[in-house]
Amino acid sequence: MIIAVSSQGPGLASSIDPRFGRAAGFVVIDTDTDEHSYFDNEQNLQLAQGAGIQAAQNVAKTGAQAILTGHVGPKAFLALDKGKIQIFLGASGTVAEALEAYKNGTMQPASAPDKQGHW
Amino acid sequence: MRIAIASGKGGTGKTTVVANLAVHLKNSKHSVAVADCDVEEPNLHLFLNPHLDIEKTAVVPIPEVDNELCTGDDCGLCAQLCRFKSLILMAGEVMVFPELCHGCGLCTLACPEKAITEGSRAIGVVRSGKANCIPFTEGEMKIGEAMAPPLIEEVKAASPQCDIELIDCPPGTSCPVIKALDGVDFAVLVTEPTPFGLHDLDLAVLTLRQLRIPFGVVINRDGMGNSCVHDYLNREKITLLGAIPHSLKAAQAYSKGLLHVGNVEGFDDHYAKLWENIQQSIGEARS
Repeated sequence: MIIAVSSQGPGLASSIDPRFGRAAGFVVIDTDTDEHSYFDNEQNLQLAQGAGIQAAQNVAKTGAQAILTGHVGPKAFLALDKGKIQIFLGASGTVAEALEAYKNGTMQPASAPDKQGHW
Repeated sequence: MRIAIASGKGGTGKTTVVANLAVHLKNSKHSVAVADCDVEEPNLHLFLNPHLDIEKTAVVPIPEVDNELCTGDDCGLCAQLCRFKSLILMAGEVMVFPELCHGCGLCTLACPEKAITEGSRAIGVVRSGKANCIPFTEGEMKIGEAMAPPLIEEVKAASPQCDIELIDCPPGTSCPVIKALDGVDFAVLVTEPTPFGLHDLDLAVLTLRQLRIPFGVVINRDGMGNSCVHDYLNREKITLLGAIPHSLKAAQAYSKGLLHVGNVEGFDDHYAKLWENIQQSIGEARS
């Protein structure tokens, strides 16, 4: 299974980026092989609007079935939901720690966005 | 002739100037209409008490995708081209986020399968009527809506042609103001004589110079604050169209929703003088 984690840097030791749409980047991990890759989200950071849904589209392209992040807004939630990507909120610490928390089952999938939409 | 009343800063007295100038013009037998283009917070009606009998919903076009015709992941041109990032491809389908859409229509034009047609989304209402014989038009944006320019355009379009049309602009210097200023012959910038007022006046001046719209400045609450605005106008060679004095009686009238013209002693003369100077400035700008 492929999992994407919003991250401030490219590796497993990087800190979680609590923002989804305007995260610095995403570490994408294949839990079957433990391989990971990184794509930076620089382009979306500069967007005037629509960063959340663009990030959702890019995460979907990696084939991820789950996303671990801090917070997600209503439009990104809608997009991820449409892509059948499970959303786990409140991730903290490093990417590796968030992944561990996910594997231990201490993170619950979100059923709604936890942030207001904004411009 | 279209005259915009703008300011940069909110709360400097744009609406006060529009309302009083309109009544002064009507009293001196001019054909005048007013349009409140501050659609995020229209308040001109509080001073002119119009009877508004026409209400029209303002809409912007949004894309509607026919999933039968759309080839989804094989194309994606609409999502790729959208400047406002209001479309994405998700799970093989195009998802539209209408609140991000600016209604430019590019996706409809670009779609090779003709799968996108233009639907519509309400963004607010345009109301019109009369305030004591003065044709009055205003727009009010829906709560939560961020797309003011299309609504402002509709307010301006709904405002009837008169010899003089006064446009009450939104504050600031961003898109809504630019839209309100579009096509005006002259702008009156309202400011207050404080460093804060001057800061935002300077931004408004830069904007109008960029747009090449002739303008002059009226200082509201003159006598308070300091001389920084006067110094600035001298330095920048900007016409001072008028100075409305800082006055307790004027503030009291305002707080009751009363106009200064006809209610506060001496103020009729201030607006008469202001109008005289505006005319003169317009004349000079044209020559």
